[in-house]
Amino acid sequence: MPKAFLIDTSRCTACRGCQIACKEWNELPANATKQRGSHQNPPDLNPHNFKLVRFNEHLEGATVRWNFFPDQCRHCLEPPCYHEGAKLVDDAIIHDQETGAVVYTDKTKKISADGFEIIRDSCPYDIPRRNPKTGQIVKCTMCYERVVRGMLPACVKACPTGTMNFGDREKMLDLAQQRLAAVRKEYPKALLADADDVNVIYLLIDEPQNYHKHSVAQKDQDIDRKLFLARLGRPLRRGVEALLNL
Amino acid sequence: MTNHWVDLKNADAFLIMGSNAAEHHPISFKWVLQAKEKGAVVIHVDPKFSRTSARSSFHVPLRSGTDIAFLGGMIKYIIEKEKYFKDYVVEYTNAAFLVNKDFDFKDGLFSGYDPQTRKYDAKTWSFEMDEAGLPKKDKSLQDPRCVFQLLKKHYERYNLDNVSAITGVSQEDLLKVYESYSATGVPIKAGTVMYALGWTQHTVGVQNIRAACMVQLLLGNMGIAGGGVNALRGEPNVQGSTDHALLYANIPGYLGAPIDEWQTLADYNKANTPATKDPKSANWWQNKPKYLASLLKGWYGEKATADNDLCYGLVPKCAKGVDYSYMFLFDRMYQGKIRGGFIFGLNPMNTLANTHKARAAMDKLDWVVVSELHHSETTDNWRRPGVNPKNMKTEYFLLPSAHRIEKEGTVTNSSRLVLWHHKAIEPAGQAKTFGFMLVGLMNAIRDKYIKNGGTLPEAITWQDWPKTYVAEDWTKRLNGIFTKDTKVGDKEYKKGQLVPTFGALAADGSTTSLCWVYTGCFTEEDGNKTKRRDPKQTPMQEKIGLNPNWAWCWPVNRRIIYNRASVDPTGKPWNPDKAVIAWEDGKWVGDVPDGPWPPMASENGKYPFIMQTHGFGALFGPGRLDGPFPEHYEPVETPVTSHPFSPQLSSPAYKFVSSEMDKLTKPGDPAYPIVLTTYNLTEHWCGGGETRNVPNLLETEPQLYVEMSPELANEKGIKNGDPVIVENVRGKVEAIAMVTVRIRPFKVQGKTVHLVGMPFAFGWSTPKCGDSTNRLTPSVADPNTTIFELKACLVNVKKAGKLTEIA
Repeated sequence: MPKAFLIDTSRCTACRGCQIACKEWNELPANATKQRGSHQNPPDLNPHNFKLVRFNEHLEGATVRWNFFPDQCRHCLEPPCYHEGAKLVDDAIIHDQETGAVVYTDKTKKISADGFEIIRDSCPYDIPRRNPKTGQIVKCTMCYERVVRGMLPACVKACPTGTMNFGDREKMLDLAQQRLAAVRKEYPKALLADADDVNVIYLLIDEPQNYHKHSVAQKDQDIDRKLFLARLGRPLRRGVEALLNL
Repeated sequence: MTNHWVDLKNADAFLIMGSNAAEHHPISFKWVLQAKEKGAVVIHVDPKFSRTSARSSFHVPLRSGTDIAFLGGMIKYIIEKEKYFKDYVVEYTNAAFLVNKDFDFKDGLFSGYDPQTRKYDAKTWSFEMDEAGLPKKDKSLQDPRCVFQLLKKHYERYNLDNVSAITGVSQEDLLKVYESYSATGVPIKAGTVMYALGWTQHTVGVQNIRAACMVQLLLGNMGIAGGGVNALRGEPNVQGSTDHALLYANIPGYLGAPIDEWQTLADYNKANTPATKDPKSANWWQNKPKYLASLLKGWYGEKATADNDLCYGLVPKCAKGVDYSYMFLFDRMYQGKIRGGFIFGLNPMNTLANTHKARAAMDKLDWVVVSELHHSETTDNWRRPGVNPKNMKTEYFLLPSAHRIEKEGTVTNSSRLVLWHHKAIEPAGQAKTFGFMLVGLMNAIRDKYIKNGGTLPEAITWQDWPKTYVAEDWTKRLNGIFTKDTKVGDKEYKKGQLVPTFGALAADGSTTSLCWVYTGCFTEEDGNKTKRRDPKQTPMQEKIGLNPNWAWCWPVNRRIIYNRASVDPTGKPWNPDKAVIAWEDGKWVGDVPDGPWPPMASENGKYPFIMQTHGFGALFGPGRLDGPFPEHYEPVETPVTSHPFSPQLSSPAYKFVSSEMDKLTKPGDPAYPIVLTTYNLTEHWCGGGETRNVPNLLETEPQLYVEMSPELANEKGIKNGDPVIVENVRGKVEAIAMVTVRIRPFKVQGKTVHLVGMPFAFGWSTPKCGDSTNRLTPSVADPNTTIFELKACLVNVKKAGKLTEIA
């Protein structure tokens, strides 16, 4: 049975334990960052951060809303990046049916820079990043090597508040529905982001755009899901190289 | 904490004030959120909207340094609206006590104030006694001289108009907090207070916490599940440092440090052992001579005998009235009166107030030994920016220290839980544990005294000191050992065996214990209880998340202190659904009760507040140096020139030092109109000396920032991310502007007061991350603890060109 995450943002304190645990487990080096007037750092996902807690604040009348969004690959049920990757290099991107994990392998190094752009643009959530030194395309692995050994992904293991949950998809969907019903009393806008399409389900308690531009996929009802997901994305963004020279 | 971390889940209301719990104690929010999901209201009162506020039910911004005004208003509300828990207040607090008829309060001063010495003579802060020597009481609470009536009178001035005008909190928000929180003043509801350095680091720090204690006593929230006054203490070992007295005014186990007036053991015991004539008062501190005797016996072993006062004479004595805390220590250093010293696990060149002065003070030393994990602002003070190392006379010795995970031993957390932790890996390189260094150092000093003699060598040579450091040996020493064969109840213990509980400690030298509250942590019967990891609990314990077989907590594994107040005088829990203890079939069940005696109403029963001489919770609290009731005083540096409560603007008793580097800004100075508050953040630990050397943490919070409202930024022409200079009479600090709606301007006495906030985790030893925020904070302090007022001072902010400290 495929696995899924429930990321319950109603419980997130943005301690960034998940962000650090991800770096530690994957042995990713630190970026030289700067303070730019935000607690969100590094400013974006990059080849050395597969997971990033995004901070977003605004005033709602006199009330401050500060939303935290632990961003990561959604491990889509029908991953557009997987389909694009298959067209470029065999087994560069694997979609593991048992866990539902979408895993980028070493073979992504064989994908050209232009090929990477196609893969990144195919992602409705703007997740894939390319290491400019090695040419490898990287992102959250679902801690595949942990999960197949019966362990929790590192980010879930590190979470102190119950924001990060992981388990069989059916169980996570049940939990998501329970939590949604519970938080709706206090937060009527609460929703489950793209729950039918992804294995990383976010419970949001505010409008999706108040978390992150790509917190949910921008749906177009006229096209079927696979096509839609494959065409979505194409976000405005800085290049990876620019990001590393922060 | 009077309660413990897991117990937070039992609360119906949270008052998180003087704390940013979610950021600084992230695990606390595991339990807070569990309670919130069951319907608890989570209130965060703090100058800025933080990650704690984001997960609270609501946030109320408060001008830094006005907590007593805010809480005084709550006390008035609770009394006027009769929200207090009447039976609890009458039976368990000193509300009914009659106060000395000469006690008075006028114009912001309590009776007995001497303006010359800035000290109080507290003799009128006492109770009227009857012929039998017991406090006179009026249980109707009507006598105008009873504590309850004096309390009511004292806080009459704290009306919504006055409180709102000075705190900057709207009346609507005040009422929202007062109503929500005081709803716990009923037997079946619990409210908890979570606080940290946001309350302590003020010139009225102790009184901030006193005010919270009074709110909790009025609402009947002490001793119960989900209640308490909970100091959130952290990894810097605050709990351990107080238990084991890494503070000048104490010796281990909360015993006062000997002073020169008390030359003999009898002098000490006479001055420090409280007495009561009330048979119902446990007056636990009457046992103090047993604990001191066991400590002396632990220190001096066989050399300590009845004939030599158990070596009490060898213990160093503080000079009466002299303050040896950091503020005065560094002032003496600055004056050239100190030649050298040791600094272990501390980065004072970044974390002390007025660090320009602290750094200059350290230059006056001939030598210093620093034990650290990494180079820090302290280890490398001799080569800090702006000084020429060639001109530095101080000789620095750097001892590389083992990391926590490289050593074994116990850690005591906020819950008073003493947990054994195992060594994960060997220390890297030449790094050694503090225990190795200190045991070896003492042995080296001892060898010199044995060989060369010296003044009073016995103070060193007679100590019962091991050859090498073995962590578990110290756990046994903390627990205590019988020095002769002894019978406890029916059980015989041989000389050398472990003492089972502090009830068995004796004043005659027949027991040792290096910290009486730890006695019982390591026993003949159960071994090293700090290693226990057994989740076994009774159904009653399970209901409130009490895990008595998981490690061990002081005192005597009691998880909730003052738990006798959680039951009525007959021993029935006020709230049967969340019972802590209950008297059933002639015995207590649940938690370990505060003493074995039967319920208070029984013939041999005792009052619940066993550490108080009279046995009652102290609404009227003599014993502090600045008054028996908390009173609002402004921070020493304040944007206002008057406040509505009295003509006494700032604390009449706060402490200060006055070198030429100790400049202060006068109240309301238009040159420095902005309040600065300082704090920390999740990603860095205290002064950042360790965490700035962890690349992944530095990646998340790389450089010094100053948080400010968009309104202030607009006034100053500052945009988010701009380089700025924050300055005052003591210094200038470069920072990056973080313009955020999470900081709101305050309306104080009809005028706008801006507040900015800065972390203190950044220092020059990490290249281009910024330097000490504490260059701005003043050396002024609470009169009781001499803790610095780091949470409120005055600054100005301006946009800068190119920065040199940050790049």
